[in-house]
Amino acid sequence: MSQAVDEIKIGGLGASRKRVEDSRFIRGKGNYTDDIVLPGMLHMEILRSPLAHARIKSIDASKAWDIPGVHLVLTGEMMASRNLAWMPTLSYDTQAVLATDKVRFQGQEVACVIADDPYIAKDACEAIVVDYEPLPVIVNPAQAVADGAPVIRDDKETQPDNVIYDWEVGDRDGTDRAFASADLVSKLELHYPRSHPSPIECCGSIADFNRATSKLTVYMTTQAPHIIRAAVAMVAELPEHMIRIISPDIGGGFGNKVPVYPGYVCSILASILLERPVKWIEDKSGNLISTGFARDVYLKGEMALRRDGKILAVRMHTDADHGAFFSDAQPSKFKIGLMHSAFAAYDVPVAHLTARGTYSNKAPGGVAYRCSFRVTEAMFFQERMVQAAAADLGMDQAEFRRMNFVPDDAFPHRTPFGFLTDSGQYAKCLEVGLKAIDYENFRAQQAEARSRGRLLGLGISTMTEPLGAGNSREYDILGIKMFDSAELKVHMTGKAIVRTGARGQGQGHETTWAQIVAHELGIPADDIVVEEGDTDTAPFGMGTYASRSTPVAGAAVAMVARKIRAKARQLAAHLLEVSEEDIEWALGRFYVRSAPDRGVTIQECAVAAYANMPDGMEPGLDATAYYDPPNLTWPFAVYIVTVEVDPDTGVWDVLNMVAVDDCGVRINPMIVEGQIMGGLTEAYAMSNMQFITFDADGNCVGSNYMDYLLPTAWETPGFELHSEVVTPCPHHPIGAKGIGECAAVGGPAAFVNAVMDAISGTGVRNVDMPLLPDRVWEAITYRRDVSGAPPVRSDD
Amino acid sequence: MTTVYSDRGDDAAAQVPMRRIKFTVNGEKKIAEVEPRLLLAHLIRQGLRLTGTHTGCDTTNCGACTVLVDGQAVKSCTMLAVQVDGREIQTVEGLASASELHPLQEGFREEHGLQCGFCTPGMMLAAKALLDRNPDPTEEEVRWALSGNLCRCTGYQNIVKSVLWAAAKLRAQAPAD
Repeated sequence: MSQAVDEIKIGGLGASRKRVEDSRFIRGKGNYTDDIVLPGMLHMEILRSPLAHARIKSIDASKAWDIPGVHLVLTGEMMASRNLAWMPTLSYDTQAVLATDKVRFQGQEVACVIADDPYIAKDACEAIVVDYEPLPVIVNPAQAVADGAPVIRDDKETQPDNVIYDWEVGDRDGTDRAFASADLVSKLELHYPRSHPSPIECCGSIADFNRATSKLTVYMTTQAPHIIRAAVAMVAELPEHMIRIISPDIGGGFGNKVPVYPGYVCSILASILLERPVKWIEDKSGNLISTGFARDVYLKGEMALRRDGKILAVRMHTDADHGAFFSDAQPSKFKIGLMHSAFAAYDVPVAHLTARGTYSNKAPGGVAYRCSFRVTEAMFFQERMVQAAAADLGMDQAEFRRMNFVPDDAFPHRTPFGFLTDSGQYAKCLEVGLKAIDYENFRAQQAEARSRGRLLGLGISTMTEPLGAGNSREYDILGIKMFDSAELKVHMTGKAIVRTGARGQGQGHETTWAQIVAHELGIPADDIVVEEGDTDTAPFGMGTYASRSTPVAGAAVAMVARKIRAKARQLAAHLLEVSEEDIEWALGRFYVRSAPDRGVTIQECAVAAYANMPDGMEPGLDATAYYDPPNLTWPFAVYIVTVEVDPDTGVWDVLNMVAVDDCGVRINPMIVEGQIMGGLTEAYAMSNMQFITFDADGNCVGSNYMDYLLPTAWETPGFELHSEVVTPCPHHPIGAKGIGECAAVGGPAAFVNAVMDAISGTGVRNVDMPLLPDRVWEAITYRRDVSGAPPVRSDD
Repeated sequence: MTTVYSDRGDDAAAQVPMRRIKFTVNGEKKIAEVEPRLLLAHLIRQGLRLTGTHTGCDTTNCGACTVLVDGQAVKSCTMLAVQVDGREIQTVEGLASASELHPLQEGFREEHGLQCGFCTPGMMLAAKALLDRNPDPTEEEVRWALSGNLCRCTGYQNIVKSVLWAAAKLRAQAPAD
């Protein structure tokens, strides 16, 4: 007789199972793109523009061709002759592959050399002579819309100026009326600076075109291999079944590895022309100055308030600097992504948002850096605005939030911008956080310290993030709907393989997908292998970003396992010689309802699927599921930080940080906590040191790790994580919500609010991130707001 | 390590300088012909095909390329291959024996000290250099010793725990004085 298996013992839902991936990574046996060597492989390097805006007068590559070991030099002219000088972006714009007419940002791709080894290719790039005629440079939206501004995109006949879009959402008239009746209007204006996701591994590809089979195989650092396959089919005009995209191990993504980059396209064309594999591996500066930036939004807003603290309405305007090409990799129908998820956690009756996007002479931006398409900016502004409003009302920060939260019994809740939030216990999360940080006691300490000239501060941030793009009604990429997929094959011995359309980059899919199958079928997780990232074998899916893996692909894994269980039930009925209606399921085992001792295991059903199926049943135990989520999932979090600011230097130190994340059901608590700590660290980095900007000539300041400071083990504070609050997602098959990005989304405002709280005596309303010591010192010393918008001042 | 050039009728290819070096990697003696400008990281990755040593930043900041040279943690992206002539290199591939993981490798797995895995080999070797000279470090000492190695995934808290886990195991294994 067999009993239901112990779910934790078999590595099911809720088990902090050690990661399967680690076995190879700790031995140095990962397989990243740069580790792959193919027979006859050549190496490609890219020559980039040193200027931010200039007309190309001539390119002389003759000296490059003369270097021994050089096989090919590609220029824009050569690309144009094959109709490949421009490519479509994921936001329905075009982007130069190699510049033909002019360069539009520093670091733009101008030429490529393909040679025997990367050293020779670099030598040859230096031997190419480009004659540039410099043009006036634009580095912010104000310059972009100024009278007489040069038109950056003069390649587009329909583009008379630098404005990409003007867009609005919400109820303008209703918002105006609410503001007219307000007791108090609180205002805030700030810049969310450019940031670069900067995974340690840079981007790269190995294109391998085989003339004999006409098949193109590309190994590529991509978070979304199937989207790339579709894009390559469109750009290179190759038949889709002759394109195979393989995404090997990825050394971090964070949104940087979603877009299609010119380097990928050039390596593909070079391989087709040379009929040899061509490897392109970007160097760090190339990665930092040319690939997927994020943020760079100027946010302005106001909140209409009743005297007692009730929020009556919110009005927002955003000016987004998208760089030279509008290549945001975001799938929503909304021009500024999910910016209008702002204030979703608060009961705001009416709101209105206007958004304008402009071009500039900066690398194309707008990737969702550890966030769901502008949610980071939305939540940052929300929590900075909430802090400002509470201060203007003279109310306690926690009390103001508590009073305005959407209450637990109001779900599903329609936000003023039209989202439908699914579930949450917002006030409870706040209480857990306040208790953990010992709120009342800290306030007392803070007052006492202030009397002695010490500046302590406490910052609260909350966030609810719409995660799991899409549903297919509102989310698509190039027309492809945002569903995801899973395929499950159970072998005869009860072992299994799962493939999904997602592609992990450290999130531990190989570990957690097996846990979902274990939860649904009772097959031990160790008996299940997970495979992703190869478009010839994985079912079609939209990839991993925007914390969508668990909400969408993870849901597909659960659904496909349920299909398998349904067939296994038929097999069990056959084996037990009863009708299906008489069968019950206990994890890992079907049994006869009236005789629980009579049962068969899922493994016995698997054997039967191959060796003893009933007459007329299709053999085998395989299935595929495509999952179109009914809604986004809405995790919630409270982050509370305490800091001490040194008034003489502007340096600030984190005293404590508490994180309360409610992401619904946790598949693998160890992995979830790892995701939260990683996100908190990026939040700390953005608020404290991660600074990449531009001078008036469009030079990227922060173009390498000497200048673009990422936190090390030394600076990074410790974090206290809380998992007491669990509100299962009502529409997800296993009740899970996204988690990978929450802390990076909600965290920055907690740090900034803490520093602003510490220096509240100065009357300063805003200091832009990163809160570098000189900025904080300036705010304290001169009692003025400090802007961080480019161009950077000459004394920076 | 053979490079074949197209014969263009000039002697440009013949002028590429080469140097012969001898060194030990993970206990095995090697001889290589290298260009004087070849970086150690590339000798290890391309020449020796030991791809566990990663290159991340090219400027000695990220530490993904950290190896041990004569027991010292070194960033192999900014050391020339010719500089290891006569010296001993240890890479991540030399940490485990055929049957047993090094306690650092176990520690990283036990304490969830890695996510994407790209920084991990460099982190473990920087940690090994620390534990070789200080078997019982404090958390602060671990954080300082790893401050030349960047990780974008974990937030370091679990990396520090992993190193302390390994230190405890190594101490327990060490023969009593």
